[in-house]
Amino acid sequence: MNDLPFLDLTLFLPLVGALVMVLIPKRWEALLRLAALVVTTATFVASLGVLASFESGTPGFQQVTELSWIPEWGIGYITGVDGVSLWMIMLTTFLMPLCILTSWTIKTQVKPYFILLLTLETGMLGVFSSLDMFLFYVFWEAVLVPMYFLIGMWGHGRRVYAAMKFFLFTLAGSLFMLLSILYLYFASQGSAAAPTFDYRSLVGTPLALEVQILLFLGFFASFAVKVPLVPLHTWLPDAHTEAPTAGSVMLAAVLLKMGAYGLIRFGIAFFPDAARLLAPAIIALAIVGILYGALIAIVQHDVKRLVAYSSVAHLGFVVLGLFVGTIQGMSGGILQMLNHGLSTGALFLLVGALYDRRHTREISEFGGLARSVPVLAGIFLIVVLSSLGLPGLNGFAGEFLVLLATYQSYGWWVIPATFGIVLAAIYLLWAYQRVFHGAVSIEANRNLEDFRMREYVMFVPLVALIVAIGVYPKPFLERIEPSAKQIVRQLNDASVIPETRGLAEAP
Amino acid sequence: MMGVQGEVAAGFEPVLAPLIIGLPLAGAVVLLIFGKRIGRLSGVLACGTIGLAAVAGLLNFIALLGAPEESRSTTQHLFDFISVGRFQTGVDLLLDPLSLVMVMVVTGVGTLIHVYSIGYMHGDPRYPRFFAYLNLFASFMLLLVLADNLLLLYVGWEGVGLCSYLLIGFWFDRPSAAAAAKKAFLVNRIGDFAFLIGMFVLFGAIGSLTIGQINEAAGALSAGVATTAALLLFAGATGKSAQIPLYVWLPDAMEGPTPVSALIHAATMVTAGVYMVARFSPVFEASGGTALTVVGVIGAATALWAALMACTEYDIKRVLAYSTISQLGYMFLALGVGAYSIAVFHLVTHAFFKGLLFLGAGAVMHALDGNTDMRHMGGLRRPMPIVGYTFMAGWLAITGVIPFAGFWSKDAILAAAWVEGNYVLWGVGVFTTLLTAFYMSRLYLRVFEGPLRTPEGTHAHDAPLTMAIALVPLGVLSVAGGVINLPGLLTLEHFLEPVVGESLAPEGALAFILSGIALVVAVAGIMLARSIYMASGAEARRARFVRPMAPLVNGARHKFYVDEIYGRLIVLPGKRFALFCADVLDRRGIDGIVNGTATLIGRTSQGLRHIQTGYVRNYAATFLLGVVAVFSFLILRVVAG
Repeated sequence: MNDLPFLDLTLFLPLVGALVMVLIPKRWEALLRLAALVVTTATFVASLGVLASFESGTPGFQQVTELSWIPEWGIGYITGVDGVSLWMIMLTTFLMPLCILTSWTIKTQVKPYFILLLTLETGMLGVFSSLDMFLFYVFWEAVLVPMYFLIGMWGHGRRVYAAMKFFLFTLAGSLFMLLSILYLYFASQGSAAAPTFDYRSLVGTPLALEVQILLFLGFFASFAVKVPLVPLHTWLPDAHTEAPTAGSVMLAAVLLKMGAYGLIRFGIAFFPDAARLLAPAIIALAIVGILYGALIAIVQHDVKRLVAYSSVAHLGFVVLGLFVGTIQGMSGGILQMLNHGLSTGALFLLVGALYDRRHTREISEFGGLARSVPVLAGIFLIVVLSSLGLPGLNGFAGEFLVLLATYQSYGWWVIPATFGIVLAAIYLLWAYQRVFHGAVSIEANRNLEDFRMREYVMFVPLVALIVAIGVYPKPFLERIEPSAKQIVRQLNDASVIPETRGLAEAP
Repeated sequence: MMGVQGEVAAGFEPVLAPLIIGLPLAGAVVLLIFGKRIGRLSGVLACGTIGLAAVAGLLNFIALLGAPEESRSTTQHLFDFISVGRFQTGVDLLLDPLSLVMVMVVTGVGTLIHVYSIGYMHGDPRYPRFFAYLNLFASFMLLLVLADNLLLLYVGWEGVGLCSYLLIGFWFDRPSAAAAAKKAFLVNRIGDFAFLIGMFVLFGAIGSLTIGQINEAAGALSAGVATTAALLLFAGATGKSAQIPLYVWLPDAMEGPTPVSALIHAATMVTAGVYMVARFSPVFEASGGTALTVVGVIGAATALWAALMACTEYDIKRVLAYSTISQLGYMFLALGVGAYSIAVFHLVTHAFFKGLLFLGAGAVMHALDGNTDMRHMGGLRRPMPIVGYTFMAGWLAITGVIPFAGFWSKDAILAAAWVEGNYVLWGVGVFTTLLTAFYMSRLYLRVFEGPLRTPEGTHAHDAPLTMAIALVPLGVLSVAGGVINLPGLLTLEHFLEPVVGESLAPEGALAFILSGIALVVAVAGIMLARSIYMASGAEARRARFVRPMAPLVNGARHKFYVDEIYGRLIVLPGKRFALFCADVLDRRGIDGIVNGTATLIGRTSQGLRHIQTGYVRNYAATFLLGVVAVFSFLILRVVAG
């Protein structure tokens, strides 16, 4: 299918880079930074190979590597990519160099910091490309550790509290998932074969509905914390706010997507009957999240916390799309995972840029910044507009498809969900007004440095992508669609399919 | 009166149609990125792109006129847009009589206002940025009117909203401007929220968002679905076109530079709702009367309501803003009685005279160092004759004096209402004509006639060349623009008929009687204003005139407290609820349970309590070690075979 194993290269380059960096003396901070940048950029280039050899139009896994690992336990090293994971992998590798660049301002413990970031990258990529449940679980937990230290050691004020909260929440969720995985593993034994962790063999496992529901809930516990769904979200504002900028970006852009990704890959694919049965409840939670997250975001006075709560709302749209049971919803939800990663990632980077200049995140400490940092203000506005779903920018394409699908399947439920876009405009534009508009009232805001070259390098590609997806989403959607269609079919086929899900059967 | 849109015959060959949108868009992008380096030439560049877009529009217009009537509609596919499964949309342009009339208005008036802005914005430190936004606006507006499907129309719709936001808040240092910009965006978002759902309903019922297919299938919709969809779309229109209940953003939008008020908040963007309703007239028709009745009643009510507030306002721009709301109300009144082509006719003449009036007001402000208070003005026609006389043309046009442009279109609206049997709407319309004549005469007389009231007035300079270039053509159009719909000539109504159907008009004596009434009422309004503002003893007469209506006048002066009511009823409770969610529900509620549980666990395991923070760290370190160990083991296995 492809000449080079680009996927595995992408997966392990950061880890190898991290190991090499262990050898660099910690005083050579400039070299450490540069090494991290080179490694992550190389990783991105390698992932472009994955993208280039990706064949759109086919639903199954591509670029599969299968190595025997511990055959007696049914564990293999199996990786692959499909329309669900492709953009998550690309998002991760794309954002990581930007995170390295934004971390140029990190001055303490530079060496472990960058090593942890690189380790984190391999962990995240592993989550998205593992096709073996054991491998997946290892990567899933492996992500937790570097992130815990990133928050706990390089974070702001209440970092220890935030890190612990993050850790305990996610760990508590994962335990249930582990039990579910083990159940699946032993259930796969039966007839002819030995038990296996191979995702592809596990997918078709016939399970009684009660068992499905239980196992689904086991996975769901883990993913719903990660996404997060209300009311399991309270770790998020603390973790996002206290984390260093790169940590916040990775948390919002990628770690939350691990939850959404898990819901698709495992929740729906393993347990379609349970997923269908519970869909209305999950959709209700998603809609509550859209409104609840947005309402709370409105009254935040810390910019970073505001962005954090906006994630709760935005991920509500994602989950909504995944569970409405149509191809438009699923594709829109998956596209929205990418979009949220870009927009919210960019927002955290920008808040970081503000923090670097003023060492505060309090909205009331700003005001009139459009005068002193016009370029930053302009980029910030574009990102804000993308986040509030302005047509022509990336956020709209996903949200629109999700809402359209919600109407198709659930009729007037779409009203509260759509109201989320009004609330998004309120919290974002109000905050923007208070930070950037009006006269400069605090002296410290008067003479700030506008974008530096490093920041242009970070934001030009980001904005370009934000516009590109908004104007011409086709290359993105057409790679998602076949896989989305297959999952929707799994979701709908298993037993009774409500007639209203007409769109799912589209040609 | 049925719309017959959608029956595309062979179509005609479009001429470089993408350039109509592409040129101003390219101008905007170039100016956004390189504006600082381009500097003073930004204005010229922006005028060039919109001017060339106007030429491209004209070429297509000519091509269309050259085609036989049945093939005067064509679509051009550019590229695919959001498409998944059965939902397919493209960036497709629709060129037909309606869209090209709109293109001519937007590019024509748009070019004039671009040129005017060169003079008006001269010396502004963010001069290039202004033209970037203006160009961006033009491209979105053109996208809106040329879109072949509802989704693309919505892209333009929100895009012009964005530009409106950017331009209202152009002088963002002023807190009032920043607040007005945000208010405009948010109020419009509420309308757009309904618009979006309307789109879902239409797609759900019809399976397509293409204008042609929607209108073709509209007739087969059940009345309930059609009414729902039509009213949702119309709710969107009440936002963009500033109708009750969402009109409140437009008066505040006057914080923007005056050319913006002329272009966006008078001539073009705010008419998008009118265009949209006319465009989807078959959907409104399919509702079996309900939707159109709502449109007509809201239109008439808005026309009257805004005119009342215009009568007591002292800010020259705000008077014009209320007047715009009121005139848009007339257009919706026309739509409500099924006179779609007449609504578009009034849209066109209104673009001429209201664009002109705003530009004239801008010239006055320019001459008086930004003063907008009419009480400080007077007698300005003599020091600034170009502005004075062109403004006079605009005043007579909006007032509805024969033969000025506004007379023909407004008269046609009132006549259509009468012929449709909507005597109440007709009555409201006629009464509003009286108010219109009154408040516009009050404005004109206070500003341009009578004695000079301030020292600045004596040396007020007339419009500089770039401004005059815009004022004079618009003045001419305000005088003679009515010819586009004079019977016997090339009539606009006839031209639009293939798209929006025929509008009813009275015949014979009735036509003359109705016109006569409208005219007499207009003249009465002018005389009233003259007698209480200009003639000798005006002060005393004014006091006598106002006294019996004191509560009404006082209410109008406070904008009938609508902003305050919205604040109390919606904004404040909303904010309180958000605070409740954040502080009580989230922090003390959900997070309280979380922390409480943690504390509880901590207490029960006394031994761990004193090393609580270190606990996780140790755990994590152990975990990390475990992961490393497992990994090493596994990797070794692979390496070993």
